[in-house]
Amino acid sequence: MEIEENYLYTKEHEWVSIEDNIATMGISDYAQEALGDVTYVELPQEEVEVEQFEQFVSVESVKAASDIYAPMGGKVTEVNRKLEDTPALINKDCYGKGWIAKIEVRDMDESTNLMSAEEYRNYLESLGA
Amino acid sequence: MSLLPTEISFHHTPLEDEHIALGAKMVGFGGWFMPLQYENIISEWEYNRKKVSIFDCSHMGEFIIKGEAVIGGLDRIVTQTIADMPLKTCRYGAMLNDSGGVIDDLIVYRKAPQEWMIVVNAANIEKAARHFRAHLNHNAHFEDISFKTAKLDLQGPQSRDVLKIFAPGVEKLNYYTFDQFQILGIPCLISRTGYTGELGYEIYCPWEKCKEIWKSILNNDTVKPTGLGVRDVLRVEMCYSLYGHELEENISPLEAGLEKFIDEQKEFIGRRAILSRQPLRRIVYFVSASRKSPRAGHKILDDQGQDIGEVTSGTFSPALEKGIGIGFMNIMAKTVENKIFFGDQKNKAAASVVQRPFYKGGSLKA
Repeated sequence: MEIEENYLYTKEHEWVSIEDNIATMGISDYAQEALGDVTYVELPQEEVEVEQFEQFVSVESVKAASDIYAPMGGKVTEVNRKLEDTPALINKDCYGKGWIAKIEVRDMDESTNLMSAEEYRNYLESLGA
Repeated sequence: MSLLPTEISFHHTPLEDEHIALGAKMVGFGGWFMPLQYENIISEWEYNRKKVSIFDCSHMGEFIIKGEAVIGGLDRIVTQTIADMPLKTCRYGAMLNDSGGVIDDLIVYRKAPQEWMIVVNAANIEKAARHFRAHLNHNAHFEDISFKTAKLDLQGPQSRDVLKIFAPGVEKLNYYTFDQFQILGIPCLISRTGYTGELGYEIYCPWEKCKEIWKSILNNDTVKPTGLGVRDVLRVEMCYSLYGHELEENISPLEAGLEKFIDEQKEFIGRRAILSRQPLRRIVYFVSASRKSPRAGHKILDDQGQDIGEVTSGTFSPALEKGIGIGFMNIMAKTVENKIFFGDQKNKAAASVVQRPFYKGGSLKA
């Protein structure tokens, strides 16, 4: 199970990488593995305001749909349009080309609600992963 | 992302250790602990449609009934005509309750003039056995051989080429016929049937010998193991009904599109009920306008957003590269140019009702 060292993680297996006040987010290797082949991503609208841990994306695999939650609150500034035609980018490169959305962070303190890579690794171990 | 919990206590097929050793993701299905997938669903799907896959279907139930069909009561329990079945042929049909609901769908095999094998769904073994015991009379003898009989499905365009190596003569079987063969000296009943839309066979063998057969067929480099995940995608692409989804005790087989498998000319349990009741809904097959897939439990809506039905099965179709679904629509509902929506009022996606099957390129009758 790959874990990107410099990213932050949620208990629901989203990752986020914050640069200046822009948070780029996606789902972790554990999540993409659990989902299997991603067949469709319902992307959020750009400009929409989301709260931290609010459901704002849906990711579908062949047999199921899963809710994805915003790891940080703020305004969605950009979505990864490449996922519309090639949703499998999430399986191939979940921490890179498979990013889902960028959020303009409203309150940087919300990052204290997230886990470091180290904490996420321990969390996955506690789940028996 | 949220992940679903799983059931707790299961029956186990004779191949469970093999599945786990092959790295299968295991899940609960119909009360059994079964392989969902070995690699990933799309590659397993492609392998089945182009080459040949083996499925462990030992969870399915098998009954042996001895006795004359009409006199013993069997003919009155099943909806399809069976009295005129040639030996070594199979026929698909259903058994109904008094009010015309489907207790189970099943395949009848005629093994001898007065010997029948009935194949039922895993989740329905107990209630189906109860129904047979209650309605067969003393002129028939009933035996549940479900836990003595394993079943392996070999399916795909290359299945015949592979299976004839193990069971010479199997290449002569026509669609929906069967015979007795030996694989590695083990007696097996093999029928040319399946649930994938491809050329394929179902191999019924003794429970304790199943592992030997599984291993030696898998030793053939052409064959790959395939899980229930793909099995479901394949059957939805063919518009085959699945009990618990399109078939239920509160669904009439006429609503579920089973007319072809019902002999209205003969007397059977539930006949009067289904013929006297006006169908309230009809089964529909629909293709999503996008890659977004319908799911069981979604509503079916018309262009005004009115609730006109419910989705019973849905999946992404690798063949169509779109979502596909099966559901029931109110018989009175009107659609404009077969356009419907699936989802709910807040989040719905467009789809078109189409003729079955979704997948037309199968090798089924090859």
